[in-house]
Amino acid sequence: MSAPAVQSEVIPELKIVQDATCTFCGCVCDDIDLSVKDNHIVEAKRACVLGKAWFLNHTLDDRPSCLIDGRPASLEEGYDRAARILTNGKYPVIYGLSDSPCEAQRVAVSIADWIGGIIDTTTSVCHGPSGMAFQGVGEVTCSLGEVANRGDLIIFWGSNPAESHPRHFTRYSLMPKGMFVPNGRKDRTCVIIDVRKTKSAKAADIFIPIKPRADFEALWTLRALARGIELDAQQVLSDTGVELSVWQDLMARMKAAKFGVFFFGMGLTMTRGKHANTEALLALTRDMNAHTRFVSKPNRGHGNVTGADNVVSWRTGYPFGVNHARGYPRFNPGEYTTTDTLARREADCAMMIACDPMANFSQSAREHLASIPYIALDTKDTPTTRAAAVAFNVATYGINTGGTVYRMDDVPIPLRPAFDSPHPGDFEVLTAIEDRVKKILGINA
Amino acid sequence: MSQTFILIPGRTSDQGCGISEGKFQPKYQKQIQSLQMSPGDMQRLAVKEGDWVRLTSETGSVEVQLVSAPKDELPDGLLFIAYGDISCRLMSGDTHGSGMPTSKGIDVTLEVLASAIANTSAIANSTAKAD
Ligand code: SF4
Repeated sequence: MSAPAVQSEVIPELKIVQDATCTFCGCVCDDIDLSVKDNHIVEAKRACVLGKAWFLNHTLDDRPSCLIDGRPASLEEGYDRAARILTNGKYPVIYGLSDSPCEAQRVAVSIADWIGGIIDTTTSVCHGPSGMAFQGVGEVTCSLGEVANRGDLIIFWGSNPAESHPRHFTRYSLMPKGMFVPNGRKDRTCVIIDVRKTKSAKAADIFIPIKPRADFEALWTLRALARGIELDAQQVLSDTGVELSVWQDLMARMKAAKFGVFFFGMGLTMTRGKHANTEALLALTRDMNAHTRFVSKPNRGHGNVTGADNVVSWRTGYPFGVNHARGYPRFNPGEYTTTDTLARREADCAMMIACDPMANFSQSAREHLASIPYIALDTKDTPTTRAAAVAFNVATYGINTGGTVYRMDDVPIPLRPAFDSPHPGDFEVLTAIEDRVKKILGINA
Repeated sequence: MSQTFILIPGRTSDQGCGISEGKFQPKYQKQIQSLQMSPGDMQRLAVKEGDWVRLTSETGSVEVQLVSAPKDELPDGLLFIAYGDISCRLMSGDTHGSGMPTSKGIDVTLEVLASAIANTSAIANSTAKAD
């Protein structure tokens, strides 16, 4: 009698990718160990809650790689249609890029240059005002490694890393035991200044709740105290919502610190005052260097938004909101930034790369975007891909594709992809579109 | 009667996870459609979680459901909502020459919607039956 057949089961192999890079937020943690089974990440060791959601939810899907007017189409058809849209436009806008690798960002800038269009990034609606302030005041800065090794007074202003950059405290700013702060958290004082007592405030030694929209006044109060100028206590309280004595105590700590750091967030840039707020903070940082070492750093949101600033700056000389219509780059926030060109109904076509303006822009900007032909590249189905004339479903950077990203402190970090995707990455899609754009325009370069 | 508040749209951790899960999935949708109010203001206005309110800014008007802000997180007079469709509708397209719309610290008036409260209970009842 023959033995019964043994049911053979193919057990997918477990692949480990060590030191993978998380690109969900600007912390760009590059110490994540991924366990990959059957083209699916099943574990992301050391990732925070946001990083885990990022790695575990980017799975292979069976959506088509390209949709034209909502119907499945071949990639070739998609590239052709995209190139026609961009070359037919009189005022084309290319926007997004903060979740694409630098290599793809570079191609996007080239396309904007060929078509005489605008290149803008999501920086314009996050730290764009900080970019303007850097140009006006300059930036006294350092790497996150220096913060980890030296920072003894860490001040977060209008930033809530506990919810937006969950490993910020443990990896860079509060917990690390560094060369000059050997006892880690015990050697540091953490101050949080915000209008809400956010989840981050729990980590603070001192929480200063300021009046909404009073950041500018509060920062100038500190600038005055740094210079030893006497202030009217009543006026300070009514301007900032905080007693003068609290600001005096903070200034005493700032002067006594060996290495002070401001991390600032969109509580400054998105609130009335915008670049004037960040200018005040950067100027205060500069002032403090007459007393001790002090630096400031924006807490950047998306994984490669810092790369977008760098790449657009290398290619055009400006960080965002750059118009090529005259054949050379011009920079003017408010005029060439995407939300303005849409809200004013100027743009007549667009390419939205790794961003979701349909979920983030003002109603007037969204309504205009819905009325013009545009191309969208995203790893997920979003309100922006749904209304696009051509939507590319792309591979996820850092999970399916390699390349380089910049951490929020401008340190370049390589990506270590975990598994292949059947979809092309941003780089492939943009390179194919660029080739067609050049053909249509008769450019041989 | 309408009340004035300052609205602070912002990021929440659940919203961040919801972005990776998918923007049409419940986690993200729930986050961007829940308006947080301080427990003190909820008591003062005699409203409870799940009640509907109308928020009006100089740009637009939306109807949204209330949730209580975690204890101490939000001072009275401030409202919080995760960035998304609702906050966009209240935000002006004007960036004052900066490229950045004023996305935080938006002046709004708030009205409690009696009819919406009735609607919600009707919806809740029918969902409960369907379950
Ligand atoms: S802190 Fe940011 S980069 Fe690091 S694991 Fe979390 S989401 Fe990823």
